Amino acid sequence: MVPFAGYDMPLQFRQGIIAEHLHTRTRASLFDVSHMGQAILRGDGAAEALESLVVADLQGMLAGTVRYTLLTNEQGGIIDDLMVIHGGYYLVIVVNAARKEADFAHIIERIGDRCDIEIWHDRALLAIQGPEAVKVFAQLAPASRHMLFMTAENFKIGPMICGATRSGYTGEDGFEITVPAEHAAALADLLLEDSRVSMAGLGARDSLRLEAGLCLYGHDIDETTTPIEAGLTWTIGKRRRATGGFPGADIILRQMAEGPLRRRVGIRLEGKVPARAGAEITDRRWTIGSVTSGGYGPSVGGPIAMGYVDTDFAKPETEVEVLVRGKAYPGRVVKLPFVPHRYAKMTP
Amino acid sequence: MAHVRYTPEHEWIRIDADVGTVGITDFAQQQLGDIVFVELPAVGSQLRAGAEAAVVESVKAASEVYAPASGEVVEVNEALAEGPENVNADALGGGWFFKVRLADPGELEGLMEQSAYKEYVAGLG
Repeated sequence: MVPFAGYDMPLQFRQGIIAEHLHTRTRASLFDVSHMGQAILRGDGAAEALESLVVADLQGMLAGTVRYTLLTNEQGGIIDDLMVIHGGYYLVIVVNAARKEADFAHIIERIGDRCDIEIWHDRALLAIQGPEAVKVFAQLAPASRHMLFMTAENFKIGPMICGATRSGYTGEDGFEITVPAEHAAALADLLLEDSRVSMAGLGARDSLRLEAGLCLYGHDIDETTTPIEAGLTWTIGKRRRATGGFPGADIILRQMAEGPLRRRVGIRLEGKVPARAGAEITDRRWTIGSVTSGGYGPSVGGPIAMGYVDTDFAKPETEVEVLVRGKAYPGRVVKLPFVPHRYAKMTP
Repeated sequence: MAHVRYTPEHEWIRIDADVGTVGITDFAQQQLGDIVFVELPAVGSQLRAGAEAAVVESVKAASEVYAPASGEVVEVNEALAEGPENVNADALGGGWFFKVRLADPGELEGLMEQSAYKEYVAGLG
């Protein structure tokens, strides 16, 4: 057995991944996600310019709202998934750590002359997630309790100016908070002072987002998967569907009309064997696709996976098999998410 | 009196006459984290010392378990099918993996005693 190496990032803290995961689902957890890339775009033309690179209707956004969107390439593939925060006279974007250099280079090259782009090298990003996150954060920023899912607000907490969005990557209610790096530790300490909050690492972050059916860039989406195949058609703004104008729009919109040949699905496996990225999916005879993310779902209580399968097999309840170390294990296609989202949305 | 030896890959083998009971060490289970599945060898299969004998799936990843000694698998811990978390709870006891009838007890000479293993683990810190 090779000892687990590469502990540079906190995969987990003392409690372990399952405990951290379940704590997030029942109480609140603090994640340090400062490795993500953050940038601010200023200028009158910022929304229009950025819109030429992504699928969302950014010009239709209201100040104080947040959108999840995709940078696409000319082939209709996904360069990255990102959050766009509309701050009124500016936009803030949050991109994946592994993609930030490529993303920023891509954005600056294409629209650098149409708006002012400043990469935030000196800002941390903390996420507090879980059903009690709002009670915890509202002690520091009282008005945050009135925010709805996918909205943004700036708060002054002591000497710190923080930007908070009601969003996350766990399927739970919570906030993602950008703060100057020099204040990050102080803000983390303030949040951790609350006994309801525990630290959680990247391991729990991954199992939480998998149960929530959220894509991990480089696994579930990449430059070869289209938004349609990935089940992210909802991210394409209504106006953008009509007018296009984003890279790969021809391919993406045609695929939207005709239907994709493969689709991202959830798979619930019987038994206990986790199927990980790369595992082959069969219809019990022929290969129909492969797993892009998989593992044990602590809240589900068993192995779950996401992957791409031929469209004919993408219907929920389709019986499949997944090959793990040469052995076939039965499972079935299920609707995503595996665990219902519990976002702070308006209820009628 | 049973005698326990350790491998550098963090398996243990408890020798009782010509049968060795094999598991992973407490250090290994801690490093792996929450264990959710253990794939055991078939009873009757032949193991070769140093070759893959089992697979442990933790929440983090799949890891191979190597045979500390060569021989035939005579029993596996069926309880791990339903309770893989036993490996976390009791790695050196109820979390054992399989028993092997030793083909060459001389192979065990190269393995570590408990004190040597403790030092080895301390050196990994």
